[in-house]
Amino acid sequence: MPVNADFQGRVYPPTETYRVSAAKIREFAEAVGSADPVHVDADVARTRGYADVIAPPTFAVLIAQQCDGQLIRDPEAGIDFSRVVHGEQRFVHHRPLTAGDAVVGTLHVDTVREAGGHAMVTTRTELATEAGESVCTATSTIVIRGAE
Amino acid sequence: MSAQPSTPTATPVRSFSDVAVGDALPSMTVHVDRARLVQYAGASLDRNRIHWDEPFAKAVGLPDVIAHGMFTMGSAVTLVTDWAGDAGRVVEYGVRFTRPVVVPYDTGADIEVAGVVKSADPETKRVTVELTATAAGEKVLGRALAVAVLD
Repeated sequence: MPVNADFQGRVYPPTETYRVSAAKIREFAEAVGSADPVHVDADVARTRGYADVIAPPTFAVLIAQQCDGQLIRDPEAGIDFSRVVHGEQRFVHHRPLTAGDAVVGTLHVDTVREAGGHAMVTTRTELATEAGESVCTATSTIVIRGAE
Repeated sequence: MSAQPSTPTATPVRSFSDVAVGDALPSMTVHVDRARLVQYAGASLDRNRIHWDEPFAKAVGLPDVIAHGMFTMGSAVTLVTDWAGDAGRVVEYGVRFTRPVVVPYDTGADIEVAGVVKSADPETKRVTVELTATAAGEKVLGRALAVAVLD
């Protein structure tokens, strides 16, 4: 199997803090084509009850993929990144990621399984503020294609 | 950017009472070209060469440069956030990536996005929208479900 099955159940230590900035939110919103002013105009965001501009629903992937990197780069995991394909992605938001948030991610390797010569790894990144408030759960399944 | 002060308006969130199961959301077409993929690569920090370097993509067995699955996922959900009236109302969103969106240099690609209300819970005012996204006649997202909380 092109991945080490012993990694199922592994939990990595929390990452360094990621600081969510208004500039990165704007850049991301423009890149996915979200025209909602709540991403760029703090007055609009406050009128809607948010502390500052908020991120689009998939922005959390930016932080989650950095967390996933811990597993993908782990030599003991045995993952060949050139064979990795993104299979599934899911987000559950406990509240929107907001400019000014200081977020840490904790990576959980939920399942490692094999099907048809390929390996499938499902990871879950729990994003929380430094103060411990849960913000987002990001779940990702990657497929590592087996040798031809 | 304009130097004019912004004029915030009241939250334009869609009312739950105006929504019924089976309602179709207004569909849209997302055009994606190489410039857009470079923009997304920078914004998302996903700089995998298969999304912008054609010789590299072909060398690893792809037909051409392909869009980031997360670009398709992120642009498709704007159908739901615009419809709901506030991007912060989308509380859950998940997809399967069924096929890559191939992005030729000359023409780019069009992703057709549509959405239908699959369920609506009056207790929580949570509405589940199923999205479909197709490119070159093939479904590129599967089981694409977004949950929005309405007013």
